[in-house]
Amino acid sequence: MRFKNLQCRECQRKYPAEAIYVCEYCFGPLEVIYDYENIDISRESISKGPLSLWRYKPLLPVHTDSPVTIGEGLTPLVRAGNLEKELGIKELYIKNDSVNPTFSFKDRVVTVAVSRARELGFDTVACASTGNLACSVAAYGKKAGLKTVVFIPADLEKGKVIGAGIYQPHLVGVKGDYDQVNRLCGELAGTFNWGFVNVNLRPYYAEGSKTLGFEVAEQLGFRAPRQVVVPMASGSLLTKIYKGLKEFEELGIIDEAGTRFFGAQAAGADPIAEAVRKDEDIIRPVKVKTIAKSLAIGNPADGYYAWNVIKKSGGYAASVSDNEIVEGIKLLASTEGIFTETAGGVTVGSLKKLIEAGKIDPDLSVVIYITGNGLKTQEAVEKSVSKIEEIDPSLESFKETCPWAG
Amino acid sequence: MAKVKIPQPLRNLTGGNNEVSLTGSKVGEVLSELEKEYPSIKERLRDDEGKLRRFINIFVNGDDIRHLEGEATPVSDSDEITILPAIAGG
Ligand SMILES: Cc1ncc(COP(=O)(O)O)c(C=O)c1O
Ligand SMILES: [Zn+2]
Repeated sequence: MRFKNLQCRECQRKYPAEAIYVCEYCFGPLEVIYDYENIDISRESISKGPLSLWRYKPLLPVHTDSPVTIGEGLTPLVRAGNLEKELGIKELYIKNDSVNPTFSFKDRVVTVAVSRARELGFDTVACASTGNLACSVAAYGKKAGLKTVVFIPADLEKGKVIGAGIYQPHLVGVKGDYDQVNRLCGELAGTFNWGFVNVNLRPYYAEGSKTLGFEVAEQLGFRAPRQVVVPMASGSLLTKIYKGLKEFEELGIIDEAGTRFFGAQAAGADPIAEAVRKDEDIIRPVKVKTIAKSLAIGNPADGYYAWNVIKKSGGYAASVSDNEIVEGIKLLASTEGIFTETAGGVTVGSLKKLIEAGKIDPDLSVVIYITGNGLKTQEAVEKSVSKIEEIDPSLESFKETCPWAG
Repeated sequence: MAKVKIPQPLRNLTGGNNEVSLTGSKVGEVLSELEKEYPSIKERLRDDEGKLRRFINIFVNGDDIRHLEGEATPVSDSDEITILPAIAGG
């Protein structure tokens, strides 16, 4: 067996690999532990694997040979030559994870969590979501043929409401912010015997994000990037990309690269970035206010671990204003042709700030993680798109209205 | 008496009760009562220095006490205190 236990990240107590998520003793989060001696994975086996993130299955916490999959992962890693020039850096890549089946990186965590939910015998899957997770759980829940319940803040962007609702899940809008949705789901998870992907299935769910570390390393020719910029809400994604690269290093699949981790947050929801800047290991919860709703978490569960990775890797963190988020979205679209949602605006805006502040070394490779799709948050950029130049269907009208045609 | 909602991981210490009513005019006092009634809960909630553990969240009527006055947050009989472990993003 590749894995059979969960372990408390705080006090190291072990638990069986069931649908549990906190240590009964100290409330610390539980994490899947693997028997690495029994894991058979190599560059070759990976290269021959399926064209989805299931090529890394030996390092994922699912036993079944038929996971619930819609072809997630193996998204493009593109060299960003125009943005390199614009920002004055030498080697920049964009991991474009906005082109997953439900248009965000959440499909990575959900394919793992829903596969595990089915394996553990749940007939219902559920989640608390800032939007993207709702879309993903709705799709994968239906694909798995399970009852599907998603909880979202009632005031979510239309693109996310439609992007989740189209799969016909039970869609519950909670009057409150995400932290309140989250608190409610914490209570519900203790009441209903459902597989809440980010509550009682969280140890399995979170592991899916490691594949964003694996994949980037593979796509760079089995080498780790020197610097990465990762958007943070709960801090889970950043923590797990780190774990993914570490596992590859320890299994000898890549060389140790000392990758430095840079966190990106929205200014109105930046308790982790604030703790990094203040250099204190207490993450103070905040009341959120930002257009980056997918990142609007004021009380980040993995904040401390993300902080720790950033600190010990020699990285840093930035926060960006609503305006900088919109500018970031525009910059990525107009230089590299990639239309990202507000979370991606946070990442690009933070990249720019971190370069300007001298935190990111312009001579070393950088990978930025673009984790969500622009079509889901159109409200944010409605006023920032090209104006339509309306003409009659005639040559004269075109010439008259569009002098730039020359 | 304020109502305290007990999270699943602690219910085996409260004889399966998911809700306990306790006296106290501040969150800290109510928690002390809880710790008195069920002594084994104390080391679960607090570290060696007596501080609430990092991963524990306490809410009064849904508001995180870190946004209020911490353990000094006043509570009355009609208030509901919820103890929850930190949970993930989404
Ligand atoms: C598009 C997008 N990027 C990044 C994140 C951050 O993830 P985490 O909560 O793991 O920090 C989220 C979380 O909801 C998201 O929707
Ligand atoms: Zn523990």
